[in-house]
Formats: sequence, C-alpha cells, structure tokens
Amino acid sequence: MYGSVSTHDIPAQAPTGLENEDPQLLAEFEARIARGEKIEPDDYMPALYRKQLIRMIEQHAHSEIIGSLPEGTWITRAPGFRRKMAQMAKVQDEVGHAQLLYSAAETLGKTREEMITDLINGKSKYSNVFNYPTPTWADSNVISWLIDAGAIVNQMANAKGSYGPYCRALERICAEESFHLKYGHDAVVHMATGTPTQRRMMQEALNRWWPPIMTFFGPADKMSQHTEILMRWKVKMASNDDCRQQFLDMYVPKILEIGLTIPDPKLRKNEETGKWEYTEPDWDELRRVINGDGPCNKERLAVRRAAEENGAWVRRALQAKQQAAKHVRPLA
Amino acid sequence: MNTTALKDLLYRLADDQLILGHRNSEWNGLGPILEEDIAFSSMAQDKLGHSLQLYTLLHNLGEAEPDTVAFTRNAPQFHCTQLVELPIGDYAFSLIRHFLYDHAELLRFQLLATSSYEPLAQVARKLKGELKYHVLHANTWVKQLGTSTEEAIEMLQTALNETLPYALGLFEKTEHEEAIIADGIFPGEDELKAQWLESISKVLAQTNLELPDLSTVAPVYGGRHGEHTEHLQPLLDEMAEVFRLDPTADW
Repeated sequence: MYGSVSTHDIPAQAPTGLENEDPQLLAEFEARIARGEKIEPDDYMPALYRKQLIRMIEQHAHSEIIGSLPEGTWITRAPGFRRKMAQMAKVQDEVGHAQLLYSAAETLGKTREEMITDLINGKSKYSNVFNYPTPTWADSNVISWLIDAGAIVNQMANAKGSYGPYCRALERICAEESFHLKYGHDAVVHMATGTPTQRRMMQEALNRWWPPIMTFFGPADKMSQHTEILMRWKVKMASNDDCRQQFLDMYVPKILEIGLTIPDPKLRKNEETGKWEYTEPDWDELRRVINGDGPCNKERLAVRRAAEENGAWVRRALQAKQQAAKHVRPLA
Repeated sequence: MNTTALKDLLYRLADDQLILGHRNSEWNGLGPILEEDIAFSSMAQDKLGHSLQLYTLLHNLGEAEPDTVAFTRNAPQFHCTQLVELPIGDYAFSLIRHFLYDHAELLRFQLLATSSYEPLAQVARKLKGELKYHVLHANTWVKQLGTSTEEAIEMLQTALNETLPYALGLFEKTEHEEAIIADGIFPGEDELKAQWLESISKVLAQTNLELPDLSTVAPVYGGRHGEHTEHLQPLLDEMAEVFRLDPTADW
C-alpha cells in the first residue's frame, strides 16, 4: 500500500549530478527508456536514477511493513472466522509485498538491513496515512478498501515504469491488492448496510479517514518540484493530482452508492473541466506527519524498532550460519 | 459410538488449533525477519482453518455454529491445553512451542486419519498434509538456530526447559479416554506421547539442545478440564471485542 510520499521529488541541487554522467551512455539510457525498454540491475544507469529509485522503492517497502501494523492490530479482534482469516491473509500479503520490494531495492545496491535501519532512525519515510490511528474495526475496513484502492491507482501507473525489478514486483503486488480491494469493499458494504451500530461505525471511520485519503497521493502538483526528469525516465509515471482525480472518479460514486456520505461539502465534479473540486487538503499537516509529527509516528516506529531489537539474536545466529556461504545478490 | 466422548475430543482438538492460531497471528509485524512474520501468519491461517473444520464437525453433531462456539464462550468452557494460551513471548519461546506442539499435532492427525469416526478421519487426512509443513518449518528453524551461536542455543534451551511441562499437558487425559480408545476413534494419549517423544528426540539430536529427562518434568494439566492460565480470558475478550458489539450483526 503506497501513495506518494515526498513533498519534493528531487532536492533542488540534484539535476547537476548529471554533469558527471557520460553523455553518450546517458543518451543511450534515455533512448532505451523512450523505446519502452526496461532497465535491469547490471545495466548502466545515472546515479540520480539509482538514487531516486532506491528512495522510492524503499519508501514503498517501508509503507508495506508499517502499513501492516494499523490493520494488523485488528487480526486478533476480527469478528468471526471468515473475517479473521481474511484479515490475516490480507495483512500477510502486505508483509510479503515489503519482502518483494526490499529485494527489488537491493538490486540497486542498498541492503535490507540498511533500509530498515534508515526506517527506524527516521531517515527514510513511508506513506503518511499509516501514522493515523485505527480506533475501530471499521477504520481497518476503510483502509482495506480505500487505501488499497488508492495504492492500486498509484502502483498500476508505476508498474509501467522503466526499472525492471520494480515493475515486476508491482505487477505481482497489484494482483494481490485487487483481492484486498474486493475484501475491503465487501467488509465496508456489510457494515454500511448493516445494523445502526455498524452504519454509524462505518460513517465515523470514513469521516476520520477522508482527509488522510485525500493526501495519500502526495502534495498538489503545483507544490511538487522537479518531476519532469523523473517522468522522462519513467520513474514517476503519473502526477499526484492525476492519481487523486482518477481515485475520485472511481470511488466517490461507489462510496455514495452504499449510503455513506463524504465529509467534504466542496466535493463535486466540475462538468466543464471534468475535474473534481474539493476542499484543499491540509498540506502543512501532511508535511508535519511525514516529518514525524503525526498521531502514531512514534508508536509505529517503536513497534518496528522493538521487533528489530528483539529479533537481533536470530539474525546474528543466521549470519553466523551463513558466514561461509557466498553472498548472492538478488536479481528480483 | 459415545458421542459425548467424541465431542470432548473434538473440542480439545479445535480449541488448541484456534487459540494457537490466534497466538501465531500476533507475530504480525514483530518477527525477527520478514520471512518469519509471513511463515507464522501462514501457520496461523492454517490453524484457524483447522479449528473451523473441527467446529463444523461439532456443529454437525448438534453443537452451535462455529462462530458462536469460538467467539462467545469464556475460558472455563475451553478445552485447550495451557501451552497454546501462553503469550507469544520471545521468538525462542514461540518457536519451541511451535516445534513441540506441531510434532504432536501431526502425529495426532496421522493417527486420526484411520479413526472409526469417518468425518473426523476425512478431516484428519487433509490436515496432516498441511501440518507436515508446519513441522518442516519448526525443524528447519530449531536445527539452524540450535546449532548456531551460543546465544541462540541458550535462548532455545531455556525455552525448551520452560515450555516442556506445558507441552506435556497436550497429553492430559479426560474421563472419556477409555471410551475414545474402545470406540476406535483415537488410539489414546499414551500412544501419541510415545510417538511424539521419539519424533522430537530425533530432531533435537541433530542440534546442541538437550531434552530434559521427562521423568523429572511435572506436566501442567488442567486445560482439558477448563482450568486455564490468567492469559486465556483476556485473549478471548480481545478476540470477541467486535463480535460482541452487536450480536445480531452480520460482519
């Protein structure tokens, strides 16, 4: 489950890094991408491309493992066998996605351990939505349906990108996310059309989650900088606003269809422009949450940190066993 | 066939699988490596599925719906062994519990595959195929950690020593033991325990771990008769938290 994290795609000084690239290799690289070819781990790639991909895939992987926590807390409380087994399988998929993505990122030269260390230290980011709490079962259902729906919009676009290992991982991930979407939709429909208690729970959960959902795709395009080169290199495949519009097109009717209301009085589709209009999301809050000051940032990272610390002896034991074995670089 | 004895056996089997499945699922997000998060989740799903099949057999014998049975009983009505209700603790404990439990369960369902109660025999033939992988997983980890660093060996040895009394509780007999054996439903806990001891000993012999002399270990009994640790009721309360919000609801 991953949206768009960064408030800026590339640091302002970054494009100058291209000056160090061999112009002929760079031209061939760009021509390959323009022809729709995939770049593979051993191929030439500009340092900036490698850096951006590591950052993006790593953030995506972190979003999957951190994203498994808010829904994971509801595995033990899921009502009935059917939901309990499905919730487990769903959350397990997300952890599996993290595993796939860390492997894809490792092909670019950063190890899983380095990435997880950066996550725990707060150096690398993850999707801001997972810093919001899931106080009820209905909140978990909203994530399963709408956050996964948003992730599919984003990931389907990125699956057409230029880096082979990431695209292949995304194709597998999207196939699983589409099941999550069905599961989440089914759970939401059950509650939205259920007893008064269930309907109230679901509407309150949607009210809580709507603002984070609106920021899930990242800041407005007018605030995002330097996306041109990432678009040309097919690292970034769709703009944040385009993803947001596509999500609203697909899901607003479905939400209204089951009798829920959306807590944004300005939300409407402008028939002339064909674009959705909405209350400007609180971008300052997004920035604050991404940078560590959200309702659950500390709690999420504390869980991850504790897991790393408690499991350290196991990893030390495995390393001792494998010391003699030759390291094989994953090719995802 | 003694239906009361049969139901008693089925409740023991089903409750063990449900509660351990629940506990295994708590490893989500907490595993020492991602692959173990995923493995524990797979086993949790299997165990939950196993319990559902066994509760369905009970339902066919006149007991309530599986959801009702699983989500509305309180601790004294549960027949699980205390082994499965203990909190997940550290990975060493969870691994050793998994090892000791799944060796017993695989053998138990192998024995049940020829049960005179055909519906149970059918379920057992299916479950033993899945449990084989649980045992394979446990063996792999016990062997690789049990032959690695001193630290890991010590962690596992401590867990083994502490868990063994609870694991022996798996073989606690109830007042229906003789009837179960006489009816050909199950060859009995003594037979199972003997096979289990041989099975775990073979694996432990390939590690630096030592199996304590079982004659010196006092089994923790009571679970089969509704006597549980202080950990079971909170687990059940958590499990039923949403289910009980609105008992009339379809979730």
